[in-house]
Amino acid sequence: MSRLAATFAACAAEGRAALVTFVTGGDPTPAATADILDALVAGGADVIELGMPFTDPMADGPAIQRANLRSLGAGTTTDIILDIARNFRQRHPHVPLVLMGYANPMVRRGPQWFAGAAAEAGVDGVICVDIPVEEDDALGPTLRDAGIDIIRLATPTTDKARLPAVLAGASGFLYYVSVAGITGLQQAAQASIEAAVAGLKAATDLPVAVGFGVRTPAQAAAIARVADGVVVGSAIVEAIGAAAAEGRDPSSDVFNIVKGLSDAVRTARQEQAA
Amino acid sequence: MTPAPAIPNSLRTQPDARGHFGQFGGRYVAETLMPLILDLEREYRAAKADPAFKAEFDDLMKHYVGRPSPLYFAPRLTEHLGGAKIYLKREELNHTGAHKINNCIGQILLARRMGKTRIIAETGAGQHGVATATVAARFGLPCTIFMGAVDVARQQPNVFRMKLLGAEVEAVQSGAQTLKDAMNEALRHWVANVHDTFYIIGTAAGPHPYPELVRDFQSVIGDETRAQIMEAEGRLPDTIIAPVGGGSNAIGIFHPFLDDPDVALIGVEAAGDGLDTPRHAASIAGGSPGVLHGNRTYLLQDEDGQIAEAHSISAGLDYPGIGPEHSWLHDIGRVRYEPCTDAEALAAFQTLCRLEGIIPALESAHALAVAERIAPTMGKDEILVVNVSGRGDKDIFTVAKELGVEL
Repeated sequence: MSRLAATFAACAAEGRAALVTFVTGGDPTPAATADILDALVAGGADVIELGMPFTDPMADGPAIQRANLRSLGAGTTTDIILDIARNFRQRHPHVPLVLMGYANPMVRRGPQWFAGAAAEAGVDGVICVDIPVEEDDALGPTLRDAGIDIIRLATPTTDKARLPAVLAGASGFLYYVSVAGITGLQQAAQASIEAAVAGLKAATDLPVAVGFGVRTPAQAAAIARVADGVVVGSAIVEAIGAAAAEGRDPSSDVFNIVKGLSDAVRTARQEQAA
Repeated sequence: MTPAPAIPNSLRTQPDARGHFGQFGGRYVAETLMPLILDLEREYRAAKADPAFKAEFDDLMKHYVGRPSPLYFAPRLTEHLGGAKIYLKREELNHTGAHKINNCIGQILLARRMGKTRIIAETGAGQHGVATATVAARFGLPCTIFMGAVDVARQQPNVFRMKLLGAEVEAVQSGAQTLKDAMNEALRHWVANVHDTFYIIGTAAGPHPYPELVRDFQSVIGDETRAQIMEAEGRLPDTIIAPVGGGSNAIGIFHPFLDDPDVALIGVEAAGDGLDTPRHAASIAGGSPGVLHGNRTYLLQDEDGQIAEAHSISAGLDYPGIGPEHSWLHDIGRVRYEPCTDAEALAAFQTLCRLEGIIPALESAHALAVAERIAPTMGKDEILVVNVSGRGDKDIFTVAKELGVEL
């Protein structure tokens, strides 16, 4: 069983959703990232999404845009991201690590190179924002051959007719983007999330994680009651940016935020039952 | 908008069903946009087959844009260069002063067909923004133009024009605050407003079907050129030259000639300070294939796939990519792409002013510079057509500054 499948299964066995956390690799510096990732795990994150910085993050809001620029400004390269992943894998043999980013940095040296390097670094899955199922050839087959999960995105505009195509070749988990928009801004209405998750779960056996606009423990708990996973990114990335701007090590702030989210996710269904 | 001819091995049948021109093009967009992109493609197929759509497009081209634009024999430039007979395709005489309006008319007709009630667009120098604001006013649709904050500061006359036309101009603060960032921001806005918003992309790039439909709307340039040169000379030209940023005017004049192997086609890329410097915008000469803004094409990028900033004296060419069909035409060798520096373009700009009484856009001056290079090597009975894609009134401040003149 893959690390992603094992982790979602273990969370389900505990009767709770998984907490998936995103940070941009190399933000604010490549050297600071290892401590930040450790803080995510210590705070209770179950799955780590490591963002690959890109000059043109078209699907991201201001917080993650700035994180991309901080990271690139600090000299982060693709090799450094892979080093960060490799070192994480040595420190945390069982925590799933997913690379998330845009097509161009992933395909720059060819899909074979990327798939091989990611597998060697111990990466479990890849989320590529701008490779829809229609362009799966560009990266999907080589990643699957390398044993790496392709995590697909479903959105409020993905209708029932289209969903089977999106699910074909998807593995790891299904990432439901709860708002038609960019990262970190709006929050979707809880009722619409519940309806969408129910529709997705009827169509796939993959765990369904919900993200975009999830910021607070209360929001995370509400989603954790209905979904298999909760994804939080911009709120953590903003804290990293704020700490970096004050010249502080971001990892203690990161720990505190993630601990709050994790406690909320772990108790969400107990509160519901009580 | 002429249908591609059904001849064997035609080069005019691209892209394929998935929007690919060979290895280029495609639909590299976020899942949120994908259903809309598919809708747009369906609607465009229906419009293409609808005689009423073509009739309305043609009527607006004639009475609103002022087409056909003349194909003008340039006697003094021809004499000055001492070689081929030079004809200028006068796109600068169109309403709003450039070829951009052809595409905007086509796309706003599609927007209306799709029932969209808001228009957005990106702009660099402001030419596409002005053309979009113009058609939005004509069709009574609210319009927001995304423009890098740096460009807003240096293109105030166009910002004011857009506002006069009723558009909102959103100054984009992200990245380098120029065209690439304006396009990123327009895409972000579109993702959040897909239900009611139509994005009028300004060049023959972006996700399929944009490169195809922009090319089709701009092909009016080449279709007219073909008929006009037949009337004037009784034969096709030997060479056609056009400037290439994203490449919509160039693909528009080239496409109707792709299946005429005796017509040499030359696209001119902006070489800025020179290809041996990092300050240029020549994606083919100085770039490599990659994925940006919805399509796979030649890009200025580093070894990690990070996109480089482009530079050109001409804001309309100042983009680190190129339309995917150009990338394909380069790879198969049908079109030759040549570089032209800022300095060469500036010289050609002044030459045309003085010899023909035409102030060309700096974009068009790049093509004129390559014409000056090539015409003397051609025989006096040979024919060279240059696409004067826009007029240079917008550029007089830039040119004055380069020439050390204070206005």
